[in-house]
Amino acid sequence: MGMRLVSLALLIAAWYVGSQLAGARLLPDPQAVALAIVDEARSGALAFNLGATLARVAVAFVIAMALGSLIGLIMGRSRIADRLGDPWLIVLLNLPALVIIVLAYVWAGLTETAAIAAVALNKLPIATVTVREGARSLDHALDDMAQVFRMGAWTRLRHVVLPQLAPYLAAAARSGLSLVWKIVLIVELLGRPNGVGFEIGVAFQLFDVTRILAYALAFIAVMLAIETFLVQPLERHVARWRPRPA
Amino acid sequence: MSPAGARGRLDVNIKQKSFRAASGGKLHVLGELVFSLRSGELAALVGPSGCGKTTLLRIVAGLDRDFDGHVAIPAHGTLAMVFQEPRLLPWRTVEQNVRLAAPRASDAGLEMLFQTLGLEAHRDHYPGELSLGLARRVALARAFAVKPDLLLLDEPFVSLDDALAARLREELAELVNRRPVTTLLVTHNVEEAIGLADRLLLLSIGPARIVADVAVARPRAAHTPAELAALRHEIARRLNQPFSRENL
Repeated sequence: MGMRLVSLALLIAAWYVGSQLAGARLLPDPQAVALAIVDEARSGALAFNLGATLARVAVAFVIAMALGSLIGLIMGRSRIADRLGDPWLIVLLNLPALVIIVLAYVWAGLTETAAIAAVALNKLPIATVTVREGARSLDHALDDMAQVFRMGAWTRLRHVVLPQLAPYLAAAARSGLSLVWKIVLIVELLGRPNGVGFEIGVAFQLFDVTRILAYALAFIAVMLAIETFLVQPLERHVARWRPRPA
Repeated sequence: MSPAGARGRLDVNIKQKSFRAASGGKLHVLGELVFSLRSGELAALVGPSGCGKTTLLRIVAGLDRDFDGHVAIPAHGTLAMVFQEPRLLPWRTVEQNVRLAAPRASDAGLEMLFQTLGLEAHRDHYPGELSLGLARRVALARAFAVKPDLLLLDEPFVSLDDALAARLREELAELVNRRPVTTLLVTHNVEEAIGLADRLLLLSIGPARIVADVAVARPRAAHTPAELAALRHEIARRLNQPFSRENL
């Protein structure tokens, strides 16, 4: 913890020095950015835009994780599904995010649905590939046990399959969250009338670096809070059965 | 036959079972295997390691349907199995492991099972925190908690030290005496088979066939050492192969 604070202090110091060298127009100092954050917070614009972006992140993330995990599970369990789905997966994985976003807006208009679908579609193949790996490594011995004892489908999924997939789901969720919020900003920049991405787009046109940094930092803080207070406790809960070194 | 008797009856009629070998040829594991167990009968399948005993159990359990022949397990019957390894869910506690397999088990029934098997102190432990002996006890508790009509035991005490294996055998005998259940026990340990079973089915090595069907009279405790020695001798003769000391 102490080392982390030192590292953070060094970053802010470097920022300050950089701003003195580059000038306030190119790189405003930390204090100016902090004031800008306070200003935006006071007007209510910060909460509104953060909220809009977070809502898009949440919806796109849930859709991508649910669909991606389901498809990954099926592909990992069935060889035919794997053969059929694999080429699609490779195409999706290699399609640039920007192409998906632009096509979604062209085909479905500048709508919320198009924006969220584009983000989810960008994230989906990565979740699928990760969970497929997990589904391939499911323990057949436990499968046999569940079958002999005639466990129901729900019991099997909840108590036999999902705990084995948990590390893969956690990995997909973690990488997914950081990917999704970056893509949401692009989607907002290109075709939404609000959100952090939209604000940064406006600031870019006005060459307002202070505002760009203000929104970026505020959003990073929110994502850090989600990681610390939501993702990590959840991971600890899921891994509670693992014997810990004393 | 009475309905109660038919309920626990097991009929095995396997013509043959083979695996496709990696080299492309066929590996003939089970030959013609025909036998029946009466309700409540405990039969031990005895044979050398690698003679296909586990394959036979998997077929009876319905885990392997790729064979020629027919197996009739007790109608609507519940099945329980103790595998060679405990096969517990590592992310669920001892009690949850048992309850997930036996959702209809009563609290009092579980209480008694845990007590008999010395597991009360370990109810809330995770399998990773248990020794192998304790984990095997949990596997036994799970099997008995479902109140099975057919119980399959696949070398349940292998790789335990002698004293512990003997104690677990006694506990198993006690559970079976309390609630008789049609049981198929696979073992390569003749002593274990004689100690637990009503009947020994001796298997030859690949493809497995039944070479002898030996009854063991009850009560087991009444056997004198001389009778046991004679039985062992008889088994060795029927298997028609030299028995090493460790098998006795």
